[in-house]
Amino acid sequence: MLDRLLRPAAAVGLSRRGFLIASASTGLVFAFTRDALGVDSPPAAVQSGDFEPTMWYQIDNAGIVTVNVIRAEMGQHVGTALARIVSDELEADWADVRIKHVDSDPKWGLMVTGGSWSVWQSFQALSQAGAAGRQALIAAGAKMLGADPAGCTAASGFVHAGAKSVSYGDIVKRGGLSVSYTADQLKTMPVKKPAERRQVGVDTQAIDIPDKTDGKAIYGLDSKVPGMVWAAPKIPPTRNGSTVVSVDESRAKGSPGYAGHLVLDDPSKTVPGWVLVFADSTYNAFKAASLVSVTWKSDDTAEVSEDDVVGFGARQIDSGEQGALVVDDDGVDAAFKGAAHTLEATYKTASVLHFQLEPLNALAFLKDGVWQIHTGNQWQSLALPVLAKALGVDEKNIVMVTYLLGGGFGRRLNGDYAVPAALASKALGKPVKVVFTRPDDAQFDSFRSPSIQKVRIAFDAADKVVAMDHAASAGWPTQVMIPAFLSKGKNGAPYDPFAISGADHWYTVGAQRVRALSNTLANRAFRPGWLRSVGPGWTNWAVESFIDEAAHSRQIDPVAFRLKLLDAAGRNAGNSPSTVGGAARQAAVVRRAAEKAGWGGTLPPDTGLGLATTFGQERDMPTWVACVAQVHVDRKTGFVKLQKLTLVVDAGTLVHPDGALAQIQGGALWGASMALHEGTRFAKGAVADTNLDSYTPLRMGDVPEMDIEFIASTEMPVGLGEPGTTVVGPAIGNAIFNAVGLRLRELPMRAADVLAGLKS
Amino acid sequence: MTTTFTLNGQPMTAAVPDDTPLLWVIRETAHLTGTKFGCGIGMCGACTVHIEGRATRSCITPVSLVDGAAITTIEGLSADNSHPLQKAWVACQVPQCGYCQSGQIMQAAAMLKDIPQPSDADIDGVMSGNLCRCMAYVRIRTAIKIAAVEMHGVVPPAAAASAAAATASAPEVAKHA
Repeated sequence: MLDRLLRPAAAVGLSRRGFLIASASTGLVFAFTRDALGVDSPPAAVQSGDFEPTMWYQIDNAGIVTVNVIRAEMGQHVGTALARIVSDELEADWADVRIKHVDSDPKWGLMVTGGSWSVWQSFQALSQAGAAGRQALIAAGAKMLGADPAGCTAASGFVHAGAKSVSYGDIVKRGGLSVSYTADQLKTMPVKKPAERRQVGVDTQAIDIPDKTDGKAIYGLDSKVPGMVWAAPKIPPTRNGSTVVSVDESRAKGSPGYAGHLVLDDPSKTVPGWVLVFADSTYNAFKAASLVSVTWKSDDTAEVSEDDVVGFGARQIDSGEQGALVVDDDGVDAAFKGAAHTLEATYKTASVLHFQLEPLNALAFLKDGVWQIHTGNQWQSLALPVLAKALGVDEKNIVMVTYLLGGGFGRRLNGDYAVPAALASKALGKPVKVVFTRPDDAQFDSFRSPSIQKVRIAFDAADKVVAMDHAASAGWPTQVMIPAFLSKGKNGAPYDPFAISGADHWYTVGAQRVRALSNTLANRAFRPGWLRSVGPGWTNWAVESFIDEAAHSRQIDPVAFRLKLLDAAGRNAGNSPSTVGGAARQAAVVRRAAEKAGWGGTLPPDTGLGLATTFGQERDMPTWVACVAQVHVDRKTGFVKLQKLTLVVDAGTLVHPDGALAQIQGGALWGASMALHEGTRFAKGAVADTNLDSYTPLRMGDVPEMDIEFIASTEMPVGLGEPGTTVVGPAIGNAIFNAVGLRLRELPMRAADVLAGLKS
Repeated sequence: MTTTFTLNGQPMTAAVPDDTPLLWVIRETAHLTGTKFGCGIGMCGACTVHIEGRATRSCITPVSLVDGAAITTIEGLSADNSHPLQKAWVACQVPQCGYCQSGQIMQAAAMLKDIPQPSDADIDGVMSGNLCRCMAYVRIRTAIKIAAVEMHGVVPPAAAASAAAATASAPEVAKHA
């Protein structure tokens, strides 16, 4: 199943699909078809739907191009990027291009917005679709102009033949265009060479932005339907294993607009122990909920805290529990036995909240026999089967209408928050909108699991690295929410690829072993979530802190040490369009970042530079990143002042360069925030911090000077939403070491930790 | 139970309990949804509106306290997205998810009235009360400076932070509480 995600065309259900172009009432339709061999009658296929055409874009009589977007908009301007790919190949006039975020439908294939995959997965297919459209329009335009298609060109929504030209709108208006391409023909569609691109790689204003500056943008929180009832949750004391004993509504009865409560009976077991409180407005629901008292009976997870989870992981690592061997080279143990020097260190990361600014909410209602779920969501294909189970209906009777997301960051990959709205709407026979208060949102977060990792390295007598061994234990979101997406280790054991990615790095380290352990206590005590980058949030903290420690242990400059290990040899050479160049490209960003940041220069006292480097998310889709952090440490207070971040990124082709920059800017500050400003602890079955009075993400005044550079490249575009994030924490940790000689091995790094470390 | 005020220049009467936060009156009585709910305790700034021109957290302002006052929301900042801050926000491509941006813009608009040419320290002091979870802070800062130039001419920001002015422009709730 993971392969479905990781193979670009297959991921969007476009593998071995044909393509057709035909007239419909709305204009000209450009659609993928299930039939790889093409269809006899494209117009019939469009009209009947028998051939399941998936309409990717349309051009109407006025020449307006509408590109369908199956991805959720959560700040990445994804519609703009995807439409630019089509528009460039189509030679459309960008001013005529519109985007349409579509409702869920099986015809779209897998609907997920995450993993920094959107552009990477769609680039080839959308390029081919655009190129096919351009070819067909040139052929049709040439006919209208009485010219040879070979002598015609297309540009800005016109077909030109010498001095004569005809617009795409006029071609569409004339009608009769009907073309079918087989999958093989589509694959060989003459897509443009990088030098011929006019839109991809050229900045434009994102389509979604103007409405986000004048209050017009509509998010899930803004959804409404006549006759709806508002609901606020009473969240049970534990994520799983709590049941309602009794509900006392006596104090709520006089509360304005109070309209009763409901103990949820959830066949999908998504929201066990939930009570919803109803009222005639959001605020009245909040108020009434605060007056309803619920008594719960909880299982043993009500006594589980952060230290228990981390301790559980430590025992897994030390007991030698095999887990899943993600990398399992021969000779690891022998190399350690024969090593001249070895080093070992343990790293931890604390729980982190998503804290997307729009609190969770969802509106559900039944309309014409179809359940409508209106909310912001990142993974409709995951939520739909759960909703179907909860409602006791077939998936085809549910439609998810995706609103703008007031922040995703992975929280809305898990659509659990839509289930209570659906259950309540079914029970009440009315539309129900559930809105979470901020503390409710935090308490119900599928937050980033705490983690513990042990890393070992072996050197020979010449200080050559001969082995590396990495074991990591954390909660596994994929195991809890969609086990079918687990990968298989070399030993056959299943593992969550998203929870270990990063440990399978591109350094050449001799015999390597990576052991992934599912922290089953975490999986049971809460619902671990995918949080911006997922596993690399902890694996890169360990790998990049440890590589630094290893270099220092042998008195080798950490940059020189990394460059030596990034030799692009063997499996680190890169072997696909996405990975071409391999570790050599990672070495290039390291070199450039070090150079830009003045590596090796002199700095004031207690000030230091630290470098870290990652490949973003996944080995199959590396975004090469290097970061140099400059910090000053106040020895009296332990306060770490992050003075500057220098990032160099090689993400291949940048489809929307300014959007790419925005993602790296925001992602890097997320990394800084998780390193120095935020983080919570799981305490007796729930997170300890649930609002901004004690959960303290980075603010305007904390922003360091930032210098971000992209490597010019025409290689395959890769991900950008997450890769800026995880490189920053270890860069800061390494900088603190270089500033004051203190090695911190736990995220976040608080002033108190620094002070305690300096004193000891 | 009845509060009368003007909302974006229009007279408005809200027949809701006195302790109902202004935010929910704006969103669910007046049906203006540009003002957002983020934390409910006045610490994220997504709900920022102007009360008599002062940037105020509407999520912790009981509606009864704005009786007789003039309220402006993002929808009333300009008729056509033409306030210099709105233009700068688009020019700098500031918003990512956009959820906090109404509040950011309203906070910045009030600041530019008090501090026409804010220094970086002024911006830090005033805007640190507004959380941007996408962390588009770099662009927010740039856009504020561009708007300040459009509104008040090309005078470089004073080097010294005007702390007093920053305080005067910080979100005000106490005044109305």
